[in-house]
Amino acid sequence: MMFIKDELVGQVKAELDKMTNPVKLVFFTQEVECQYCREMRLLLEELVPLSGKLTLEVNDFILNKEKVEKYKIDKIPALVVEGNKDYGIRFYGIPVGYEFTSLVEACLMASTGESGLQPESKNALKQLNKPLQIKVFITLTCPYCPQAVQLAHQVAVENELVTSEMIEAAEFPPVAAKYGVMAVPKTVINETLIIEGALPEKEFIERIISSQTSNQP
Amino acid sequence: MPLNLKDLGIHLAPEGRKNIPDPTVLYDLIIIGGGPAGMTAAVYASRKRFRALLIAKDLGGQVLWTSDIENYMGYQYITGQELSKKFGEQMEANPIDMQMPDEVEMLKVEPGQIFRVKTKNKKEFTAKSVVIASGKRYRSLGVPGEREFLGKGVAYCATCDAPLFAGKDVAVIGGGNSALTAVNDLLKVANQVKLVNIMPNLQGDAVLVEKARDPRVELFLGWETVAIKGLDKVEAIQIINRKNKESRELKVQGVFIEIGLEPNSEFAKGVLLLNEHYEIIVDCSCRTSVIGIFAAGDVTNVQEKQIIVAAGDGAKASLAAYSYILNRGA
Ligand SMILES: Cc1cc2nc3c(=O)[nH]c(=O)nc-3n(C[C@H](O)[C@H](O)[C@H](O)COP(=O)(O)OP(=O)(O)OC[C@H]3O[C@@H](n4cnc5c(N)ncnc54)[C@H](O)[C@@H]3O)c2cc1C
Repeated sequence: MMFIKDELVGQVKAELDKMTNPVKLVFFTQEVECQYCREMRLLLEELVPLSGKLTLEVNDFILNKEKVEKYKIDKIPALVVEGNKDYGIRFYGIPVGYEFTSLVEACLMASTGESGLQPESKNALKQLNKPLQIKVFITLTCPYCPQAVQLAHQVAVENELVTSEMIEAAEFPPVAAKYGVMAVPKTVINETLIIEGALPEKEFIERIISSQTSNQP
Repeated sequence: MPLNLKDLGIHLAPEGRKNIPDPTVLYDLIIIGGGPAGMTAAVYASRKRFRALLIAKDLGGQVLWTSDIENYMGYQYITGQELSKKFGEQMEANPIDMQMPDEVEMLKVEPGQIFRVKTKNKKEFTAKSVVIASGKRYRSLGVPGEREFLGKGVAYCATCDAPLFAGKDVAVIGGGNSALTAVNDLLKVANQVKLVNIMPNLQGDAVLVEKARDPRVELFLGWETVAIKGLDKVEAIQIINRKNKESRELKVQGVFIEIGLEPNSEFAKGVLLLNEHYEIIVDCSCRTSVIGIFAAGDVTNVQEKQIIVAAGDGAKASLAAYSYILNRGA
């Protein structure tokens, strides 16, 4: 295989064995004009056979407007990791390098519906009462980035008001420029709160909660 | 296309971090740090059937930032990612409790020679012994604009952030191996690289110096960086010639600061004896100035900062803690 080398197959399988419920990987692509669309599809096609609980759905970004709208996809390659429901987990750009772990973790979370957050964090997140959109900008060569991506995805699984996007900055230069991404990981919450670097869980949750409460009229 | 996806491969992080720590137990040993020293200490602690806890920001430490390693015995060549993964797997086979990602902020000696640590996540743990293996982090320059433009053009991790400077003009500050490696990473994507070193020469390995001799690299040797300037992001750096005091402004959109490392020893200040570089002073059995606290790896005053040395000292520290606990009784 191109991405999941023989010596890693066993390890990936063992991880995916922890899945309890089926997970659908809803992938958005387009044959032309998409930098890593083909490679990302290849990666997913290598991953899916490693678990009986994974399925892959490939959608054309141009032709399949209905799905694009349903999942609110605005660029490609894009991936929704969907369990019993859509937890709001998104990957924009190919999750290889360090981010492969985030993809596997997302599959496990979407399958079990368990975020794995600390009890205190789970409690604190119950205070959310407005939709929250988290964007985590990363590069594929950044060892600290998966920590930020996985934490954001955990929050999305924990609270249905939250969606969480991993965005590979080098694949989407205009988006990276718009948000002034010059170091990664960079997290943007509801377009306004900006976090540079990876925060520990407790601090991240606190920042989210206080951003919501301070915004209130 | 700078990035070859095939070379990048995939990386699956070790599982270990899921052994949940217990704040109510008095641990035999707390290990601070997840680099080669801390991970080795963890394996030894597990094999001694210690009730041990590892607190770390990450597993791998500086090794995660290293592309090629050619001097760790057993591997003629291995990437930093791969080596830290192998360390992680060995830890998984010899598990101990893990608090990760987290960071120790305070270390306290309590009556009865009990040690208490507090973390950034506001957790507290106690233990009968401690191994400090918190290593080093990138040193900052300490000039105006550096803090202000962090994440707005000032960067410390060339591997991480180089892809964001495609087609841009950038400066690299420093002249050692890490600066030269950064130049190399940046040459793959950036337009022009200005290498600014306060010393009149380059200190890195000959191989790396060779690679930096590129028409797109402009050398400023013997120039001091005194300010980073811009409006809402980096636009220029101000440099001064050490000899003739000539001052120049270089237009750049990014500044990569690669001027070496400093120890992560803040939490040990006032508790342990440190040297003038803030490194923890240890003897040849990794003992610090406080009985029951041991230290290993780059955070110590041991001269050689190498993976194999850190790993070896991690083993020594863990074993020293073991005999300390045995003799301590209780
Ligand atoms: C670019 C580069 C290239 C290198 N190349 C080589 C090479 O080719 N060969 C070689 O032998 N050596 C090389 N080295 C040196 C080698 O990486 C270090 O000597 C080694 O990693 C030191 O290990 P350590 O465990 O002592 O510390 P580190 O690797 O620094 O690990 C420290 C650990 O402690 C954690 N930590 C820090 N503060 C805290 C805190 N407050 N609480 C909890 N955890 C904390 C960190 O997150 C990390 O996990 C290189 C270093 C660099 C920077």
